[in-house]
Amino acid sequence: MPRLPPPIPSTRLLTGRLGPWWHLFFRFGPPRWTQYMRHNWAGKRLVIAVPYLWLLLFFLVPFIIVFKISFSEVRLAMPPYAPLWEFVSDKAVDIRLNFGNYLFLLTDDLYISSYLYSLKVAAISTVFCLLLAYPMAYAIARSTPATRNLYLMLIILPFWTSFLLRVYAWIGLLKNNGVINNFLIWAGVIDTPITMMQTDFAVFIGIVYSYLPFMILPLYSNLEKHDHTLLEAAADLGANPIVSFLRITLPLSVPGIVAGSLLVFIPAVGEYVIPSLLGSSDQLMIGRVLSDEFFANRDWPVASAVAIAMLLFLMVPIMVFQRYQARELAGSK
Amino acid sequence: MRLRGRHWFSKTGLWIGLAFLYIPIVSMIFFSFNNSRLVTVWDAPNSPTLKWYGELFRNDQILGAAWLSVRIAAMTATGAVILGTLAGLVLARFGPFRGRAMLSGMTTAPLVMPEVITGLSLLLLFVALQQLIGWPATRDATTITIAHITFSMAYVTIVVQSRLAGFDNSLEEAALDLGAKPAKVFFRITLPLIVPAILSGWLLAFTLSWDDVVVSQFVAGPGSTTLPMVVFSKVRLGVSPDVNALATIMVLIVAVGVAISAVWMRRQERRREREMQMAAAANNK
Repeated sequence: MPRLPPPIPSTRLLTGRLGPWWHLFFRFGPPRWTQYMRHNWAGKRLVIAVPYLWLLLFFLVPFIIVFKISFSEVRLAMPPYAPLWEFVSDKAVDIRLNFGNYLFLLTDDLYISSYLYSLKVAAISTVFCLLLAYPMAYAIARSTPATRNLYLMLIILPFWTSFLLRVYAWIGLLKNNGVINNFLIWAGVIDTPITMMQTDFAVFIGIVYSYLPFMILPLYSNLEKHDHTLLEAAADLGANPIVSFLRITLPLSVPGIVAGSLLVFIPAVGEYVIPSLLGSSDQLMIGRVLSDEFFANRDWPVASAVAIAMLLFLMVPIMVFQRYQARELAGSK
Repeated sequence: MRLRGRHWFSKTGLWIGLAFLYIPIVSMIFFSFNNSRLVTVWDAPNSPTLKWYGELFRNDQILGAAWLSVRIAAMTATGAVILGTLAGLVLARFGPFRGRAMLSGMTTAPLVMPEVITGLSLLLLFVALQQLIGWPATRDATTITIAHITFSMAYVTIVVQSRLAGFDNSLEEAALDLGAKPAKVFFRITLPLIVPAILSGWLLAFTLSWDDVVVSQFVAGPGSTTLPMVVFSKVRLGVSPDVNALATIMVLIVAVGVAISAVWMRRQERRREREMQMAAAANNK
């Protein structure tokens, strides 16, 4: 937006239809609303302030509170944590910083193994998701514009139906007397049902299935922008399709791969619904541990410490994702 | 031509992927007409039947939860559209200002933030606020709506911001030069340009809110159970035929909605093309 000239004292106010004495009120009172808007500053600040304050209050401050509570001690009361500082007398303040929750996370096997398991599950699912999504995005980007829109719609359509119900659909397919086992037995491939529910396999399927659009869309928007003449030039110079894919298309699509992988990986680490419905109850993912700590054990400080530790793990990927996102939005100008 | 010929590999991948996406949904719809309580064991003599649909509409708990979810989702979508449009406008048009990086960070982080963390942090905020100023006195639809607005406005912001980035601001600058006030410029020029983004942002926020179970579980009070919470506690115990019926109804609604919006968007696109052609023809005269 262009810088507007500084406010000119309005002559209309002095001679305007408001009458002879009102102008004094306006002259020394606040400027008119339209003046605010025209001379920009306050209006602009107001527009900035509304979403800013909302996000500060409901996004940033909550994290500070989680951070604070992660240092306090659990107690039997409502809310079930001890305050960090208490005024013991008029002058003395008793500050109790308790690192015990973090020590507890480090010493108890449950937490470390669930963190590692979550990272493993998220990483493997992301790789499978990428392997499935890449050819799909590639095929869509190379098809004609009319079919392209149809394909994109088909990819996005399941996303609009409930995520929970789509995960639920897999229970019907995977369980012991589910569709897949019934079909395989009917076809004579197997005699006894294969156990697929409550295994890692089911969790991978669930994550790949739910997050597939998030992988395809960034990949597609990257692949769509590629310059065909590069591939033609490579072919003219004698490169076979596989070489030109590996040397041209793949390196150019790295930003799309990174964005899609992060969009899948980061939420998958903290995934709660999919492992609860499809996964086993022996090895928990960290999202489940957090909510069990919170709801079942009512140990809010440890739950907060789990959340903070998870955030620390995810800090680097989240920042990479943000930089990518900012560049993408700036680049499309 | 030479380039087109060798896409059989990716084409196959595309069809496999689409089958992967749709087989579960189709099987879920198919078995919603099954008479058997076992859901996936087809009870041939008594099927197909609409029994579970009838059962669904007699279930007051599900109907009440669905109505609550619709109300929350509508409020969420409206709030998220207002806040998200403002944030998108600020990020796309206001140029550099102090704190811009932080705003942009706070709008993209919720896109990938694990839901358990968002839910936990918002609940702890509500508890702290209750101790501090006595609001919110109880956790109910209001707290759920606030939580949903917070994570879904990020999506609206991204949609609006990228739509705005697609237009250069010459139209807005022209209007400002001609003496229109910033508010007028916004309502007469910017807003009509981003209406499609706002509509899709509204629908997106509605869907996200309608669908959310994890954040709701954290911030909901005892009296406010949304539909996904009911469904989640039901399906945790295994398959249940009335959930299949519910899913079928939802898929149907979404499919009809998407078809209508596709037709509408196509018509809009055609109209714009025609207008562009007419404008070009008028210029050439």
